Amino acid sequence: MSKFTVSPSPHIRTNESTSRIMLDVIIALIPAGVVSIWLFGAKSLWIILLGIVSSVLTEYLIQKLMKKSVTIGDFSAAVTGLLLAYNLPPSAPWWLVVIGSFIAIALVKQVFGGLGHNFMNPALAARAILMACWPVRMTSWIQPGTDAVSAATPLALLKASDAASSATSSATVSGATAASIEIPSLWDVFSGNIAGTIGEVSSLALLLGAAYLLYRGVISWRIPIAYIATTFVLTFIFNGADLSNAFYQIFLGGLILGAFFMATDYSSSPVTPLGQIIMGVGCGILTAVIRNYGGYPEGVSYSILLMNVATPLIEKYTMPKIFGEVRKNV
Amino acid sequence: MTKKLRLFSFTGGIHPPDSKQLTENKEIEICKVPEVVTIPLQQHVGAPCEALVKIGDKVKLGQKIGQPKGFVSAPVHSSVSGVVKSIETVDLPNGGRASAIIIENDGEDRPDDSLKSEKELEDLSREELLNIVMEAGIVGMGGACFPTHVKLSPPENKKIELIILNGAECEPYLTSDHRLMIEHPEEIIYGMKVIMKILNVSQGYIAIEDNKPDAIKTMTDAVKDEKDIQVLSLRTRYPQGAEKQLIYTVTGRQVPSGGLPADIGVEVNNVCTAAAIARAVRLGQPLYQQIVTVSGGAVREPKNLLVRLGTSFRDVIDCCGGWTEEPAKIISGGPMMGTAQHTLDVPVTKETTGILLFTEKKAAQAEPSNCIRCARCVSVCPIHLLPLNISAQSLLSNYEEAERLHAMDCIECGCCSYICPASRPLLQSIKVAKKEITKARKQNAQAKQATESIKR
Repeated sequence: MSKFTVSPSPHIRTNESTSRIMLDVIIALIPAGVVSIWLFGAKSLWIILLGIVSSVLTEYLIQKLMKKSVTIGDFSAAVTGLLLAYNLPPSAPWWLVVIGSFIAIALVKQVFGGLGHNFMNPALAARAILMACWPVRMTSWIQPGTDAVSAATPLALLKASDAASSATSSATVSGATAASIEIPSLWDVFSGNIAGTIGEVSSLALLLGAAYLLYRGVISWRIPIAYIATTFVLTFIFNGADLSNAFYQIFLGGLILGAFFMATDYSSSPVTPLGQIIMGVGCGILTAVIRNYGGYPEGVSYSILLMNVATPLIEKYTMPKIFGEVRKNV
Repeated sequence: MTKKLRLFSFTGGIHPPDSKQLTENKEIEICKVPEVVTIPLQQHVGAPCEALVKIGDKVKLGQKIGQPKGFVSAPVHSSVSGVVKSIETVDLPNGGRASAIIIENDGEDRPDDSLKSEKELEDLSREELLNIVMEAGIVGMGGACFPTHVKLSPPENKKIELIILNGAECEPYLTSDHRLMIEHPEEIIYGMKVIMKILNVSQGYIAIEDNKPDAIKTMTDAVKDEKDIQVLSLRTRYPQGAEKQLIYTVTGRQVPSGGLPADIGVEVNNVCTAAAIARAVRLGQPLYQQIVTVSGGAVREPKNLLVRLGTSFRDVIDCCGGWTEEPAKIISGGPMMGTAQHTLDVPVTKETTGILLFTEKKAAQAEPSNCIRCARCVSVCPIHLLPLNISAQSLLSNYEEAERLHAMDCIECGCCSYICPASRPLLQSIKVAKKEITKARKQNAQAKQATESIKR
C-alpha cells in the first residue's frame, strides 16, 4: 500500500464551501431583520427565531427518519427558515411558522432529494400554501410601531384606490378601502416604515445585504437586475408613464427581497447566463401583470414560483454556445 | 517591443494562488546525475519505441536507444553513458506503465555525436531541420508530449501564418519556463527561428503572463533586433496557457471544436520545446534533460533543476535536501493538471515539468456534498460547458447524454473542480465520460467496418 494520497487532478481547491455561501446569505439578510425588529418589536424576532429553529429541526428529524446523513451544518435549512419568516406578517401565530417550515423543508426540499434538488424556492412554496390555507392570517398586516394597529400594505392601498377610482370595477379589497389611509411617502417606502411582511419592508436594508452578496460573488446581477428593470419598465408603461408610481412599485411589497434573495435561489433558477436573464425578465413580466391586472395586490411570490417550474425548460433552450463551436449547415 | 493584452482575454478561468514565489527567483541548478537511469520507451503521445540496444550494450550520452514505430512517435536517447543493465516494465509518472531501458551510469558522459551538424541555421534546409527535430526526440514540453515534428508538418492544405511560443506557465508552483526565459532567452529565440523557418512563417509571438515581469523584460530585450518576433504580456488567469485559450487571447480566433490550431493558421509551441530545438540544431544535443521545478510545502529546499531524463523522483527530491515533513501527496506536473504519484520510484520523463510535495494539510480531501447548482463551474469553464450537467449524466452512466452536452470538448483544465463549493468530482466524472465516449465511438467504427466488409 502506498502511503501517498493518489487522487485525480486538480490537487488544489478554493476555500469556498456550501456552508460559507449559506452563511453569506444569512449575513446579508441580517440588516433587514434588524430593521424589522426595530419596526415591529419582539414579535419579529420571535418569528425569525422560530422559523430558523423549526426549519433546522424539521431537516434534522427527516434526515434521521430517512437514515440519511444529517446536513444541517450547511446552514441551508437555516436560510430557508429565515426566508420563510421574512415572508410572514409580524402578526403570524407560532403554528403558522411551524407548519410553513414543515412544508418548505419536508415537502418542497427533502421529498425531492434535499439540497439542490428542490424545483421551487422552498420558502416561497410554503408561503403560497399558507396563503391558500389561511388567507386572512397571512394578510393581517400591522402598522410599524409598538401599538400594533392593523393596517393594509401600501400595495393593497394602491390597488384599492385603483379599484375605487374605476367605476366599473367591483374589486373588493375590503380592509384597504375601509382604511383608506394616506399612501406613505417614497422615503417611508424605501426605508421600510410601512406595513408588510417581516423581511420585505425595508428596501434599504435589503439592498445593503444584496450589495454584500454581489460583492462576495454569491449571486450574479443577472436575475435581480433583469427582474427589477422589467418590473419598473412595465409598471411605467401600464400606468400611463407615471414615473413616481414605477419607483413606488419597485420598493413596495416583496420585489427587492424576491429579486435578490428568492429568485436567485440556486436550485430553482437556471445555471446558464442567458437563462438567468430570461428568468429575471419572466419574473418581471409576471409581477407587473399580476400587480396591475391581477386580483392580488402582490405578485412577486407567484411570479418566482412560476418561473421556478419553467427553469428546466429555460435551461434546455439557453445552452451556451461552446468555445469553437462550428454551426452546422452554414 | 512588448504588446500588452490585458483586457482582451478568454472568458472564464480562475485565479488560484500561484505559489511561484517559492522558486521563481532561484537559478536553474544542475541535478546530480544518478548511478542508474530508467529511460521509458514511451514518453510521448503516439506509438511506443522499439529498443535499439540489448542488455550488456555500452551506450553513449545522447545515443538513440529507442526507435519510433510510426510517424506519430519520437525516439528516446540515453541520458548518461554506461551499460544497459536491463529492460523491464516500469511505472510512469503519468499513471501508465511502459517498457524501459535501465542504464548504469559510468560517470564519464561520453557524448554521441551522430546528430551534430556542421551547417549553420541559414544553410540547413527545411527538411534537414525537421529531421533534426525528429531525430532529437523533441516533444511538446508544456506537458502534452505530442511529437513536435508531427506538429511542424501540417497538412499541405493548411497554411500556417503565425507561431506562438507559450511562456504563459499558468499552472501554480511551476517556474521552469519562467527561469528558462530569464536564463536562456537566446535559446528560445533561436528555436523560434528554426520553427519559423520550417513552417515558412514570418510572424511570431512569445506570450507570457504578466505575473512574470522579469521574464517579459528579458525576452523583450532579447527580441529587440528581431523584427518578426514580438513579446506579448497576457493577463494572469488560469488556463491562459491552454492552447485554445492562448490562441484566442492572442488572435481573437477560436480553434473549431474538434479541430486543430492549424485549421486557423496558428501553431503553438512551448518555450521549453523551442529551447530544446535550439540545442538540437546548434549543439546536436537530443532531448535527454529537462528543467523540473521541485516545490510544494513539504520539500526542504524548493529548486529549479536541470534533470537528466530517467532520474527517479527520489533522486531529484534528494537533490533538494529531501523533505521537512513526510509528504502526503507527490504530484508530477502542476497542481491543476498534474498526476498524483503512488511511489517515488518513477523516472523523470519528457513530460515532467514539476515535482510537487504536498503536506498532509494541503493534500486533505473534502467530502463531496450535494450539488447546489450555484453555477460557478459554468462561469469558470473556458469552453462554456455546463460541467455540473455533464458530471451528473456521467455519474448516471448516461454517456450519450454527456456527449450531447459536448463532454468531448472539455480540455480538462480542472477549473470546475477547483471552484466547486460542494467539492464535487466534476472533472473526474467528465474524464470518465470522455473515456466511455471514446470507447463507444471506437466500437461503433469497428462495427461499421465489420458490416461493410460483410456487405462486400
